[in-house]
Amino acid sequence: MYSYWKNNQLKLSPWLFLAPGIFIFLLYVIVPIFQSVALSFYEWDGLGLKTYIGLSNYVELLDDYAFYTSLKNNVIWLILCLLAIPAGLFTALFLNQTVRGIRIYKSLFFFPFVISQVVVGLVFTWFYDPSNGLLNVILEAFGFNPVAILADEDYVTYGIIAAGLWPQTAYCMIIYLTGLNSVDPELIEAGRIDNARGWRLLWYVILPQLKPATFIAIIVTVVGALRSFDLISIMTRGGPWGSSRVLAYYMYEKALSEYGYRMGYAAAIAVILLAIMMIYIAVILYRIYRDERGV
Amino acid sequence: MKKFFNTKIAIALATTLISASVLAGTVVINSNQADPAPKAALQGVIDGFEAENPDVDVVLNIFDHEGYKAAIRNFLTADAPDIAFWFAGNRMRPYVEAGLFAPIDDVWADQGLYSLMKTSAPSMTIDGKKWGIPYTYYNWGVYYRQDIFENLGIAVPTNWDEFITAGETLKANGVTPITIGTKWLWTAGGVFDYLNLRTNGYDFHMALTKGEIAWTDDRVRATMANYKQLIDGGFFLENHAALSWQEALAPMGNGEAAMYIMGNFAVAPLRELGLDDTKLGLFQFPEITPGVPMAEEAPTDTIHLTAGAKNPVDAKRFLAYAARADVQTTWNAALGQLPTNAAAGVSDDKFLNAAFSMLNNDAPGGVAQFFDRDAPAEMASAGMEGFQEFMVHPDRLEAILQRLEKVRQQVY
Repeated sequence: MYSYWKNNQLKLSPWLFLAPGIFIFLLYVIVPIFQSVALSFYEWDGLGLKTYIGLSNYVELLDDYAFYTSLKNNVIWLILCLLAIPAGLFTALFLNQTVRGIRIYKSLFFFPFVISQVVVGLVFTWFYDPSNGLLNVILEAFGFNPVAILADEDYVTYGIIAAGLWPQTAYCMIIYLTGLNSVDPELIEAGRIDNARGWRLLWYVILPQLKPATFIAIIVTVVGALRSFDLISIMTRGGPWGSSRVLAYYMYEKALSEYGYRMGYAAAIAVILLAIMMIYIAVILYRIYRDERGV
Repeated sequence: MKKFFNTKIAIALATTLISASVLAGTVVINSNQADPAPKAALQGVIDGFEAENPDVDVVLNIFDHEGYKAAIRNFLTADAPDIAFWFAGNRMRPYVEAGLFAPIDDVWADQGLYSLMKTSAPSMTIDGKKWGIPYTYYNWGVYYRQDIFENLGIAVPTNWDEFITAGETLKANGVTPITIGTKWLWTAGGVFDYLNLRTNGYDFHMALTKGEIAWTDDRVRATMANYKQLIDGGFFLENHAALSWQEALAPMGNGEAAMYIMGNFAVAPLRELGLDDTKLGLFQFPEITPGVPMAEEAPTDTIHLTAGAKNPVDAKRFLAYAARADVQTTWNAALGQLPTNAAAGVSDDKFLNAAFSMLNNDAPGGVAQFFDRDAPAEMASAGMEGFQEFMVHPDRLEAILQRLEKVRQQVY
């Protein structure tokens, strides 16, 4: 026994160190995924007995108007949230200079990411308030009619996304600011000598060097958009009449809200959400794998 | 190592001691009465019970009102208290069906509650058994600006035509007839309930919420036509979908709106807005279809014996105590609501007196719980969402009814 340990110490010790992490990860991430998938084939109210109903939850889901509203909103979230990336990039470029007190400006721009999403949601709810909100005060000053953004099925999702973009932009900005630190000044110098400036310098010299930062920013933003939940919960609870729901919120509604407790159905929604996320997760895993092999 | 064992023994001893004292007459109560006034009221009830029953020790756990709705599912299955607070009607059905509440017909019989709590009895009955004690209920109705009505010479409407005329007079004078905030949906459920109770009556309403009648039924359409008349007439506050019920109180306070179809709990915040008894009044929602007996909404709050209770004997003593007329009188005086025991007295308050007489004398049709307590959860949420959409887009009536019908066929 002792000699086996002696001989294989180098091989075994990484696994020993990893063991607690692997155990926790299995217990809290991997196993629940399979439990969710299993649960989606059952009818269960969280209290009584589970009844196996095969694919019925999925069949019902395919015929559920609320599911399609949520799916559509998820796509809108996904596309519009990507705006945070260019916005973050330009804020970062703008702040990437040496002026007196620039650290303070940088921290102020980062502030929305630091405060809780709940606070962001409340701030924007007041901002959109139809009678006293700042937005409508401004609109009226320009002679427009007041709009109740959060009570209008056509605007509500965009209104919430705008609130979500605020902290997300700050996050992307930080990623790019760190990225900009590692941009090689000699390459910029060389570019300038070759008469590249402005957009061309940005596009051909700086952006390629920010590629790792862009990659991270996209991943973080996409995942953030797909699990968007807190803002919707704070600002509208999916309303008006369910038109601002996304899959994550719909799942919560079906599973845990006051009118929910259809665990199996909610699990089916979760599985669909997971399937969509898997596309991105697969891309990330593939890239990490490729990078590690050094290709 | 030695120390470890000592601690372990100490813990074991402590546990034994605690469980021993449990056997000696402890009743554990889990309650959702977290606001200061209801909390103090409940504490008063418990103090009174302990004074009368010195051998029983009550342990009270208080949960936040919203958090309780999630917590009850966990504690009933995992570590049940002896007594749990909850709501009547369909709201208690999941727990009854899962075998988590225990029937207490013996308490009802011993205390003579079958006659004393006749009004609430149907909402406490499932499978012919009584599943709890209703300790309070509150009325719904039309709260209105009495001073504005008097200034404009509007009489309290008693039928639909008068109601419409009153609203038109208010509108002509620049006052929004009905304030409402439908952001969190349930307020629209209250309006629908009254329109349906008045258009088609109590039995139809209960059959509809029980899923026995199609949402595309012509009688539902008749209710919705009345609803549409109010919407098309501009009776409701603009932007109601952006407001919570509390935010919709403000127009009533400053006189921009004159009526609010609401529960008794709106009286306190309206008084805080400066509406005293000369300015604020209550009338019964007017008759729509002549001859349909007037039915009212009166949601009931309840206490239940859990199936996992460790001390059911003393818990039943507490339930019996909570059902007693004198206890309900003081308890409800502190809550500002109505006692369910008919022998109990109502505190001297304009609105409570009016409501008590309304529920006991002018509601021959019956007493409904509320849309989201009478209908099962999924139907309730789809329904109230539909009402909110209808109030903004009345032209979508057909699509909404079709959708609700589809939900009905899935739910029941």
